[in-house]
Amino acid sequence: MRSDLQIIQQWVQPNSQVLDLGCGEGALLAYLKHHKQCLGYGMEINPDSIVSCVEKGVNVIEHDLNNGLNHFKDDSVDTVIMTQALQAVRRPDLLLDEMLRVGQEAIITFPNFGYWRTRFYLLNKGRMPMSKTLPYNWYDTPNIHLCTFGDFEQLCGEKGLRILDRTVVDSQHQESLAARLWPNMLGEIAIYRISR
Amino acid sequence: MPQHIPADSVGIVEPQTAVFDEPLELKSGRVLPKYELVYETYGTLNEDKSNAILICHALSGHHHAAGFHSEDDTKPGWWDACIGPGKAIDTNQFFVISLNNLGGCHGSTGPTSINPETDEPYGGDFPVLRVYDWVTSQARLADRLGIECFAAVVGGSLGGMQAMRWSIQYPERLKHCVIIASAPKLSAQNIAFNEVARNTIMKDPEFHDGHYLKHDTLPKTGLMQARMLAHLTYLSDDAMGEKFGRDLKTDEVSYEFVPEFQVESYLHYQGEKFSTTFDANTYLLMTKALDYFDPAQYYDNDLSKCLSQATCKFLVMSFTTDWRFSPERSEEIVDALIEADKDVTYACIESEKGHDAFLIPIPRYVKTFGAYMNRIAKEDI
Repeated sequence: MRSDLQIIQQWVQPNSQVLDLGCGEGALLAYLKHHKQCLGYGMEINPDSIVSCVEKGVNVIEHDLNNGLNHFKDDSVDTVIMTQALQAVRRPDLLLDEMLRVGQEAIITFPNFGYWRTRFYLLNKGRMPMSKTLPYNWYDTPNIHLCTFGDFEQLCGEKGLRILDRTVVDSQHQESLAARLWPNMLGEIAIYRISR
Repeated sequence: MPQHIPADSVGIVEPQTAVFDEPLELKSGRVLPKYELVYETYGTLNEDKSNAILICHALSGHHHAAGFHSEDDTKPGWWDACIGPGKAIDTNQFFVISLNNLGGCHGSTGPTSINPETDEPYGGDFPVLRVYDWVTSQARLADRLGIECFAAVVGGSLGGMQAMRWSIQYPERLKHCVIIASAPKLSAQNIAFNEVARNTIMKDPEFHDGHYLKHDTLPKTGLMQARMLAHLTYLSDDAMGEKFGRDLKTDEVSYEFVPEFQVESYLHYQGEKFSTTFDANTYLLMTKALDYFDPAQYYDNDLSKCLSQATCKFLVMSFTTDWRFSPERSEEIVDALIEADKDVTYACIESEKGHDAFLIPIPRYVKTFGAYMNRIAKEDI
């Protein structure tokens, strides 16, 4: 399992209810189902990923996250997880509201546009940064709402959301002391756990 | 094996008949003193009888779901696209049972059968049935075949409603429920379409209150009109446009009220064909069962509460251009299942084919369906 998913699974309570937005091939859900006896649902839009989820025996609901989370009632799950999808939805702020309407807690990961390499790329080349975590051209990228950790934390502040945990990792999802000390400059990906 | 039968077909199959002498008390309060069910099976039942799949048919369907009846048969069963060796419902792994529902006109006891109390065909006297009654009779067939628990009960459209009913009525008797292009109950518009169809049949002067056989007639015109109307609702505007456009049968318009456009003659052909092979009373019964289906009504109209009876896992599928049972109707089922904390997978398949898409081997549909069935084969049999 990807190492970021390894970090995330530690924050999920056994026997809890989990919703995984943009669940991909369902690796995290399969892990949580078999190792933590979680009842989980994934949401996915890619047909091949949906088939992979079916093969793994995890629940997957075909759904476009841009349409909100209308399949779920208020407070109906314990944890809503979204890895590397916040930056790809049309209104991340509204989806954040939806996540915490449906779940008690949300776990979110996204790439940091404030990472020093990204800043350096833009400063030096004067062009939209491309890297391992941001491997697209500006015109064909699914990442339409890139932000920095600072931006995200400001949004959480405006919404009155509590940041319960934050782990900052590199593109290999490894933690480092430097990134912990100066995350907005030295962290590539953050894993946030937030609640209302 | 004859040459025209493809390798992924179940081959030549023969219908069987199960005779039931014990009376069946129906939801309406009426009783069928005895009855017969015609069915077909494909594949082999394994030793512990854990690989059985029940296929429930839609409005005009019947027991012949896959394979051919003879070497000269030109068309295979109605769901041959999905049932066979290596297909979504793989007969190398599963033992598949498909039957003609009670009230049908393809061999099971129905309006054209002899009423033992009068020694005449039931005709219009055949009792009105509900999906509940079908499921009860199907469970008796399962008993007869020694199947305590189905690996899955599967159905599209009205068949999906039967599958859903199974999950509530006999929760311990199925491990998976597959509901395709269906709805938790009909909308007012759906019921209205059915009523127009029924009214057209009943107003046919040859109908004679359903006792047309006694009068040696058939309400062919009414049945044909009803089918033409229904057929429209099964296709999407795009599918019709693609198939026929505004093409004319001949080069010039005639300024007369005869079928001139290709789509008109297609509808006439379909209606005509149906009116010679289907029984009008059966059509009335099947549409009435559709209208009445609303399992949530017994649970304070709360579908989630209703489905919380179920213990099986669910696969729900819909098709983008199906306006008879739109994806939103399938999502009502999905949402209720999520609320009831059930295991459910949902896929909405891109297709231009309208409601009929569930009978067509659309690659993504078959792939998703096949993956789910394969998982059942691996985990549950």
